Amino acid sequence: MSHRLAYYPGCTLKTNAINYEISAIASSKALGIELVELPRWNCCGTVHALARDDVMHYIAPVRNLIRVEQMRGSGLVDEGRLVTLCEMCYNTLRRADMGVKEDQERRRKLRDIMEEEPPYRGEVEVVHLLQLVKELGWGKVRERVERPLRGLRVAPYYGCLLLRPRGLAIDDYNNPTIMERLVESLGAEVVEIPFKAKCCGSYQTVHMSQVAAMLSHRILRQAMEGGADMITLACPLCEYNLGERQERIRGLFPDLKYLPVLYFTQLMALAFGLEGSAGLEFNNPDPRPLLRSKGLLGESRK
Amino acid sequence: MSGGEMVTVYIMGKRYRVPANLTIMKAMEYAGYQLRRGAGCRGGFCGACSTIYRMRGSFRLQVALACQKMVEDGMIITQLPFIPSEKKRYNLEKLKPGASVFLEYYPEIARCLSCNTCTKACPQDLMVMDYVQAALRGDIKTAAELSFDCISCGLCAVRCPAEIVPYHIGQLARRLYSRYIVGPSEQVQRRAMEVEMGRFDEEIQRLKSLDTDTLRELYSRRG
Amino acid sequence: MALGVSRQPYRHGVENISFKARVEELSGQNLNLCYQCGACSSGCPLSREMDLLPSKVMRLVQLGRDDPLYSRTIWICSTCFECEVRCPRGIDIASVMEALRQLMLRRKYSEVRLESLDPEELGRLPQIAVISNLRKMMA
Repeated sequence: MSHRLAYYPGCTLKTNAINYEISAIASSKALGIELVELPRWNCCGTVHALARDDVMHYIAPVRNLIRVEQMRGSGLVDEGRLVTLCEMCYNTLRRADMGVKEDQERRRKLRDIMEEEPPYRGEVEVVHLLQLVKELGWGKVRERVERPLRGLRVAPYYGCLLLRPRGLAIDDYNNPTIMERLVESLGAEVVEIPFKAKCCGSYQTVHMSQVAAMLSHRILRQAMEGGADMITLACPLCEYNLGERQERIRGLFPDLKYLPVLYFTQLMALAFGLEGSAGLEFNNPDPRPLLRSKGLLGESRK
Repeated sequence: MSGGEMVTVYIMGKRYRVPANLTIMKAMEYAGYQLRRGAGCRGGFCGACSTIYRMRGSFRLQVALACQKMVEDGMIITQLPFIPSEKKRYNLEKLKPGASVFLEYYPEIARCLSCNTCTKACPQDLMVMDYVQAALRGDIKTAAELSFDCISCGLCAVRCPAEIVPYHIGQLARRLYSRYIVGPSEQVQRRAMEVEMGRFDEEIQRLKSLDTDTLRELYSRRG
Repeated sequence: MALGVSRQPYRHGVENISFKARVEELSGQNLNLCYQCGACSSGCPLSREMDLLPSKVMRLVQLGRDDPLYSRTIWICSTCFECEVRCPRGIDIASVMEALRQLMLRRKYSEVRLESLDPEELGRLPQIAVISNLRKMMA
């Protein structure tokens, strides 16, 4: 009997990060969680509007929170939490939620502007999938593993928005361990890098790609020097800067070795024996040669 | 003259008394305006007569198609005979259906705030915000279906705070949908083949040989 | 360089509010708390690319000087919040950077123009990159 939770994909999860979505839905199901997509949703805005007088940029995220309350009302989900995968969506939705819960004036204005929607009742809690997995317990994860990722050395990379600002960190923002625990539970070996929570360059990649390349390069180099086979992460923009752009970075630093970049849900899918739902064919650099060489793809089992 | 009820309307700020049973367009012409732009099919289909108005006593800004909307007492009206926009040039044959095509040709779509102002400005009651959002996430089918009845009147574009032109997005979505997702129409292909096989040659030749009067008679007796 | 924007002293159109007070209002931060420890600058991953260090930006605004509005710093910032978690006085410096950006953006200054972006590249980027970039950089 699956526990149904409202799931907010975000635009990128439907296109560039489709592998994240496929593997998340499959691995969550294996853990007894059914991710029910919001039947009607819009872009959350990707970044929180930090100006304290802002009301307009709250419309998009709060509209999605209203949808969750509607889902609850229609009995489509079993509880009031909203699960996100993309770190940017987690941060934006969570901060918008906090912003309307703390500021009644803003909430009133939003209710006025969004007159065509029912008012937001403030009953939603925004969480990230990693938090749910931790809540289930690492023992539960270990139980579900059919193919331990033995011999795989993985460097967890958190990015910024799951841990900062302080108020919404899903783990200790100075020294997070949630991803490390997950990697270990899946049977792989953890490679901790000093810059595991240092910015990859984020949106600067659009018009100042050399700045993003510089930051991403440092992270990749640390992973390489730490002996990692691959990096795991939770954000499609980090994946783009560290993965898609890796070839361009290697152009500037030819000694950088090829380092596949996988979403943590893809590792879970792989370890749970759900290879077909891991979406590995979409990753760039292609992780399959590496995984095959470690005997982690194809026939062999426990 | 209809001899019926008269109402007061304000056309571009000037007050007029017009019969109540007229559309905005007819009321403007009754008042003496000659519409060279801002009038087209007069049937609610071409999108030329985009009109915005307020009712005296209300702050609400409302929208209408002048050829469809009846006048009401206290209407303060103006037409928007042209909405500035630039359709990007693309070769449909070279495009791939997905979110990236919208970011490539209309990157301003990324500025959408999901404020729903476009939806509220649509005289056809379309779910404009929803089709723009669908395009942004690459859901061409939904974008095409929701924008199907769009007549490109431009009222959404004029109101959008992010300066997006939604009807261009819808148009591209529909083109991609029919070219790549739905595929060529069976009926059209069959008919084209029939034409090529000469099935209609005889009839066309016969029609070509007729004189104007006979043609006129045939036309009025058609169907 | 901030093209097209005059280097006149900052004018808000609001009579009795100083530049410092306006930044505090928009950012929701008490700038008097900053005692120039430099923790933000040392933690900032992009400080080496900036012309004014984050701690220097804080000092200038405390003194009512609007130089940061015309710096590269506020546009290089990637809003990673490293400064916010490090500040021993609990100041959200990232919000101060945003307030400074907003003061420029709200005057119709755009750091990024769509015409200067390569359309092919735009087609390859994940939507979240383009959306967040334009939100931070475009009026």
